[in-house]
Formats: sequence, structure tokens, C-alpha cells
Amino acid sequence: MKKTSRFALALLGGLAMSGMTATASFADVESNDPIKLTLHDWTGQLLTTKIMGSVLQKAGYNIEYVQADYIAQFAGLKEGDLHVAMEIWETTGREAMDEAVATGKVDNLGETGMQAIEEWWYPSYMKEVCPGLPNWEALNDCAEAFATPETAPKGRYLGAPVTWGGFDDERVEALEMDFEVIHAGTDAALFAELESAYQRKAPVLLWVYSPHWAPAKFEGEWVEFPKYSADCYNDPSWGSNEDSAYDCGKPTGPIWKVAWSGLKDKWPGAHKAIEGFNLSNDEMSQMIIDVDLKGKDMDATVNQWVEANKGRWSDWVKN
Amino acid sequence: MIASVRNMIPAMGPIKGAKIFWILALLTSVFFYIEGKGLFPKWMFKIPRKSQLPIKKYFSSFMEWLVEDANFGFFTFKEMTRSFSWLLDVPLSFSTSLLSTGFLEGQGSQAVQILPPLSWIAVIAVVIAMGHYARDWKLAAFIGGCFLYLAVFGQWDSAMVTLASIVIAVPFGVIGGLFLAIAAYRSPTFEKCISPVLDLMQTIPVFAYLVPILFLFGFGPVAAMIATIIYAMPPMTRIAIMSLKGVPGELSDFGNMAGCTKRQLMWKVLVPSATSGLMVGVNQVIMLSLNMVIIASMIGAGGLGYDVLSSLRRLDIGGGLEAGVGIVVLAIALDRLSQAFATRPDPIHSDIPQTLIRRHPWTVTVTIIAIVTLVLGLVIPPIQSYPGVMELGVGTSLAEFVKWININYFDTLEGYKTFVLVYFMVPVKLVLLKMPWAWTILLLSVAAWQLGGVRLLALTLSLCLFILATGMWEKAMITVYLCGVSVIIACVFGIPIGIVAAENQRFGRIAQVMIDTLQTLPSFVYLIPVVMLFRVGDFSALVAVVLYAIAPAVRYATHGIQQIPPALIEAGVTSGCTKRQLLFKIKLPLALPEILLGLNQTIMLALSMLVITALVGTRDLGQEVYIALTKADTGRGLVAGLSIAFIAIIADRMIAAGSKKAKQRLGLG
Repeated sequence: MKKTSRFALALLGGLAMSGMTATASFADVESNDPIKLTLHDWTGQLLTTKIMGSVLQKAGYNIEYVQADYIAQFAGLKEGDLHVAMEIWETTGREAMDEAVATGKVDNLGETGMQAIEEWWYPSYMKEVCPGLPNWEALNDCAEAFATPETAPKGRYLGAPVTWGGFDDERVEALEMDFEVIHAGTDAALFAELESAYQRKAPVLLWVYSPHWAPAKFEGEWVEFPKYSADCYNDPSWGSNEDSAYDCGKPTGPIWKVAWSGLKDKWPGAHKAIEGFNLSNDEMSQMIIDVDLKGKDMDATVNQWVEANKGRWSDWVKN
Repeated sequence: MIASVRNMIPAMGPIKGAKIFWILALLTSVFFYIEGKGLFPKWMFKIPRKSQLPIKKYFSSFMEWLVEDANFGFFTFKEMTRSFSWLLDVPLSFSTSLLSTGFLEGQGSQAVQILPPLSWIAVIAVVIAMGHYARDWKLAAFIGGCFLYLAVFGQWDSAMVTLASIVIAVPFGVIGGLFLAIAAYRSPTFEKCISPVLDLMQTIPVFAYLVPILFLFGFGPVAAMIATIIYAMPPMTRIAIMSLKGVPGELSDFGNMAGCTKRQLMWKVLVPSATSGLMVGVNQVIMLSLNMVIIASMIGAGGLGYDVLSSLRRLDIGGGLEAGVGIVVLAIALDRLSQAFATRPDPIHSDIPQTLIRRHPWTVTVTIIAIVTLVLGLVIPPIQSYPGVMELGVGTSLAEFVKWININYFDTLEGYKTFVLVYFMVPVKLVLLKMPWAWTILLLSVAAWQLGGVRLLALTLSLCLFILATGMWEKAMITVYLCGVSVIIACVFGIPIGIVAAENQRFGRIAQVMIDTLQTLPSFVYLIPVVMLFRVGDFSALVAVVLYAIAPAVRYATHGIQQIPPALIEAGVTSGCTKRQLLFKIKLPLALPEILLGLNQTIMLALSMLVITALVGTRDLGQEVYIALTKADTGRGLVAGLSIAFIAIIADRMIAAGSKKAKQRLGLG
């Protein structure tokens, strides 16, 4: 709480100073009501949102950050209790987003520029056990190296929470792989297992996504499956298995921005600025590494980006 | 569950026919198990989708109607709930301003602080004052120490956000619970109506009704607070009904004779005489509210719960533990304080006129401290908020410790785990999944009939049929398996610990602290290390459930042994019992009704924990609730939530009936 305290200053007789901070000049914006941006619990999303927030603030808008659950927030976005959500991943939030957009109460404001990568992943030391990696056929030949007592002789693959989709059970079936898919319940559980295995240099094969700190902290690679195409998922005859879809890797997908549909009428300028927002995977990964692994302060990282990229964001907020 | 019921039956009474039935039933079950699924058509294990009742859809469309169309002529249902949440927001934002953000003018980033929040010194002064007022200096020092801990370990800001919502949620829960209880006390019909509602409020997992609450009450701390109140109110209501009924008849007769009106009788005679019982309810409300902080933080309550979630997301085990311990410390401080208020001796009245300072020494002192620190805090910031450089942390050492265990003992742990899985968990799961539903329901019904007669039979049968008809049978069986296995293990460890704790005071005190911590420490904190050591799967879920649900098993066993009349033990000693005989022939049988109650509570806690263990990837009803939440599917969540509640209710009623029978047999009332 670094804000100047008006009443308290008055107590000390410092009245003259007080008015200044309260009425700091704001640019002409459509409404002085706060725009509510949602914060979730992963670093990348906090960074994206705070960058957007700082930019809107520089443009004179009044903003407010609200803690919200990733999926539960749609209830708030539909009702106008919340206004902007900066990261809805194609891969994990698509269903909830489509449902919300279909009601007409939520708008999709386009891509953030970042691409979500998701695929089977293994730590580098597994290459010594299984030299043919990252090829998926080679992986299948050493499935036993990834086995645990519960899954033996099949290998164990730790998939994402059921709700994320991803068609891993279908993929294993279609590519006739000797793996058993175990679903983690949350990504925290997913990475807890990775951390544990990495500490012991034990075999592990799991779903990893990017942008995230894990691929930066742990050395490893993504498995190379036959390249994804829309046909692969829709047309069984595509690919090595003639009778089955999903015989390929996962698609990469954009990360979307969404907003309450009232936003464009109440704050047209902010609406435009959010539509303009754009960041690349590399920028984001670097910031995540700074914050999560190097322990840099979140707000300092955001400010640094905002200072360094004035040219870019002033384009977003130009009327 | 079935297994435990089956074991109980022979002890129940010398009914010969029943014994023969259960022996035959056991043989038939073994036969089904060995023959497997081949004997029956598929629909005996899973009701095909097209013949399931579409109850999910009914719930969803009812909800839609409620949010979109329902109205009372002048205003819609949603407008009503929204204005209700606006009303709740007034006290909540006041307490948040007072403790955390300061009083603001304007909104969002343009807000300007016109008055800072209470400084940390002032808050500590307030709690010390309350401690001294409620009991003595010792308690004052203890509670002051707890809050100082929060400041020193850098949890202050978050703890104040959490505290701000607790101090508002608790009075609402308490007053609401008390009014329901009074209504139930006055009208037995109302009591009958409300009893099943309370059951549902307590047993339906919060995740199941989170989405409707968000729609109706808006997004943010108020919705979180409403969910907290719903969850925390039932025990208050129950305990209040009990303690009002427990007021001696002479007292209310006296009130009537003195010419009290109905209202005077309630507020001047009954409620004051029931105070100590009511305070137990208050204590429960505080504890349950603190249990909710994690879930509340998912819908915008912030505070310590949010810190726990976000540190675990970064796999920062130390950070998660620090915030989690912050919650425990807050819980312990509030718990001790409320208990002290419950047992506070009545103040001695004196008629000598006194000055304001003499009459309200604490109020005056605290006000002065608050004002002085407010003014000084403007010049010297550390007085307003605890200086960051003086904060301590234990963060990384814990992560190192888990790493050390992981590297050195993983294989040993894996060995134990495989053993338990192969010889215990998997067989139980298979037994439950291989029985056709008709057979399982038949066994349950017979058990219900033997324990509680026709009414219990009807209840059990209809609840089972609901689970079956909504297509939840298979998931319900997995739930019963996970919950049953955990309860058995919790009892195997918990009851002996409880017995030893009752016999040995020092051990008892240690056990008490341990179970208090396990119950208030958010399970998320240990879920992650558990996953690191045991991988994702049923076993990790089992460990987490056992850790959480062991508390009542210990507590009730201790209590059961301690409440045995000393004369009976004396009688055993004089008739020459050995220590062993004393335990097995006298103490255990007499403590059995209490132990059964403990079993009941253990089952309830285990079921409530299953929703949390869905986060490590189980495949039961808890997961179903969680999936429904992430898809914002109201109907699906409610149906799965109700199924969990029904399992809980069946177990509860059967055990209650069993415990009643045991009591009758022992002549205990």
C-alpha cells in the first residue's frame, strides 16, 4: 500500500500535498469505471495480464485485477462481473470459450500471438536408455524402459487432466503403442511427478506444454510424432493406421483473448487495445524464466517490458 | 462399506437366520467374483445411456430458468440474489478495508487511499486485548504470538485478507444457524424438514454448487463467502438444536412462571443457558470456514488460500507450506479464542460508578494504540506494515528435504506402495466392480433392514436407485472403494493411537496437536509431496485421504475410552482382570458406540476429501464433480455431488443405527 493517504496527511497538516495524487490527470477515456482483468495462478498468465493492465493504465484507463479460476471465470465474464481474460488456451479452454461465445455475452478478441505447444516429452537423460529418440517408433521400441510396477510390461505415459482433452488414449490405440495412459488431475501433479523423476534421473514420459517454466528448467525434448494435420484427426484413412484417426502428433494452438461483450460499447478504446495486444513465445518464455527460475520480481519484469516496448504498445492504444 | 457392515452383523445379535443369510451371501459374492462378469448381461454393471434418467438435464434447465427467467413480478430471482450479495458486500468491504486495503475513494487503479488499514501493531494489540478479556494473560500472549508469527514469516498481508472474510462469514453462519435452530426448536415439523437439507449441505461437495453460486451471486469474494457460509452453517444448526433441547426443563418452567413472553423466554432464558453448547458450534463454524479458504480463493477470495494454490502451481513446496501453516496458525488462534469465550466466567458486577477508562480499559487502550500507530505509521512505515527485511522464511529447506527422501528412499516407498496396491486396494476394487448392481443393492437393503427396520430399508433403496438411474453406479463403486479402503486404513492406525492417547497423557497431547494440524493444514500442501513420492494414482489419493480423515478416528476413540465410568473399570480391576483383559473385555466394548461415531465422521471426511484427490487423477465421483466444474456444467456437477451425498447418508444412517443397537445391548441408554 504505497498510495498516498489523504486523510492521514491532513492529520499531519500536510493538506497542500494531498489533492495532487488523487486527481492525477487522466486522458479522456470513455468511462472511468474500472476494467476488471482476471488473474489466474500461473506465471505466464499473470505476466500477460499485467502487461495489458499497465498499457491500459498508461492510456488512462482505470483497471482492477481480480483473482479468478480459469474456467469458473466464464460465469463472471458472461454476467459482466469480470471484463477481460487474457489467456484462454486453444488446447485447454476451447470448449468453455466456445460455449460462452455462443451465448453472445462473451467476445473472442483474437490471438495473443503466443502459440501453445503440447506434446509427449521426456528428459534428455532418457536418450541414453533409448538412443532412437525423439522418434516415436524408437520410443515405442523401448516402451519397457518407461514401465512402472503397475503398468509393466507396458510403458507409463502421464497424460494431462481428463478435462484438457488431447486424445492421448486414442493416439496410443491408433499408433498401436505399448503405453498406458495415466491422467493427472492437475498440472501441479503433472510437474510434481516430473520434478520427482528428474531428481532421481528416473524414467518419465509425460505431457508438457509451453510457454511454461518446465521446459526451461528441465532439459528434455518433445517426442516427434507424424506431423499433425486436420485430416489426421478427421479422416481415419490418413496416416499409418488406415482405420483410425489420431495417428499423428498434437496440433499447436493459439492462446486467445476474450472479453465481456459489453466491453466494446463501454470502453471502445480499451477494446481496440486488447485486440491489438501481441506477444511472442520467446518473449514470454524469457519473462517466465526470469520470474519463476531467477526469482525476479513480477512487477519489475512487467515494467521492464513496458519501458522497452513503448513503440509497440503505443500502436495498440492509438485511436 | 459392505465389508465393514458384514463384519458388524454377527456382533449385532443372536439372530440365527441372519447369520445364515450372510454366510450364504458371502459365498455367493465369492462366486460372482471368481466367475467375473461373464455371468450377467452388460446392463447389470452399467445402465446404458438411453435408459438413464436425464436428471442432469433437468437440473441444468432448472438452473437456466432460475438465472434467466424466474421472477416475482416486480423483480427477477437473479436481481434478488444480486441485491443480497450487494448487501453482504457492505460489511465485507468494510472489514477488508479495515484489515487489508485501507479505506479507498474511487475504484480500481484510480482509487485513492483516504485512511490506511489498521497497522500490524494495532491488530496484534486488539487480539491480545481479546485474549485477556476472554481469559487471562497467558492466552493473550499465545494469541499475540500467533499473529506475530504471521507478521514475522511474511504472511501478514494475505492473512489479513483471509481474516477479513472470516470475521464476516462466521457471524453470518452463526446467526443463520442459530435462527434455524430456534425455528426447529419451536416447531418439530420444521426440524424434520430441515434435517435432510442440513445433511445435503454438509455432504454435497462445494465444487458441485460453485457454478450456480457464481451465476446467482456474481463473481468475487462475496460468492466465496456465501459458499463458505453454506458449508459451515449445518454443524452450528445441529449443535444449537441439541443445546437448546439440553436446557433443563426446570429453567424454562421457571421462565414461564416468571411470566416471560415467548420471545423473552428464548432470548433471556434459553439462549443464555445454552451458551456453552452454542460456543462449540461457533468453534465449528470457524474451523470449517478456514477449511474453505482454498476453494474460496479459486473464486476470487484471495488471501492465504491463493498463496497456497499459486506456490504449488510453481512446485514451490516450501512456499505452499508457509502459507498453509499460516492458515493453521490463524485457525488455532481463533479456535483458542472462541473456546475461551465459551468458558469465560461471568464478570462480577459492581455498582460503584467508574470512569470510562476504568470500565473499558481494553477498548480505550486499543483505540489509543490504533490512533497512535496510524499517525506514526505515516512517518515511520515499519509501524504501519511489518518491514520486509525482517521477515523469515523456511522455504527452500523443505523442498531439499523432500528431494532427499525422494532420492534415497523412493524405491523403498515404491515397494510398500506396490504391496498395498496389489494385496489390498486392487482386490477390493475388483470385488466392488465385479458385483452386479442388483446384488449389491440387495445386500445393502438387507443390512439396512436388519439394522434399522423398514424405514432405513426404504431410504437406502431409494438413494441407491437414484445413483443407479443417473448412470453413476460404476463411479459410485470406485468412490466406495477408495473411501472404504482409506477409512479402513485410517481406523487401523487411528483407533489404536486414540486408545494409547487416552491412557497416556503426554502422548495424548502430542497426538492432539498432530491431528489439529492435519485437519486445518490445507490438503493441497501435502498433496504435491505425496505425488512426488508415490506418483499420480489411487495410492497417492489414499495417502492424502487417510492423512485428512484419521483425526476423528483418533479423537472419538480417545473420548470413548475416557468417558467410561470409572466404577466399571474399578470393577474389572477388583475382579482380577489383566491389563489386556481390561482393554479387550471392558474398555473397548464400552467405547464401541463412540468409536462407531468416529467411524462415521471418518467416512464423512474421507468422502469430502475425494473431491480434492480428483486433482491427482482419480476416476471416481469426485473427478466427475471436478470435470463438471471445469466445464461449468451445473446439472452434471449436482448429480455427481448428490450421489456422493447419498453414499454419505446411507453410511451415516447405517452406522447410527448400528451404534444405537450396540448401546442398547450394553445397556448404555
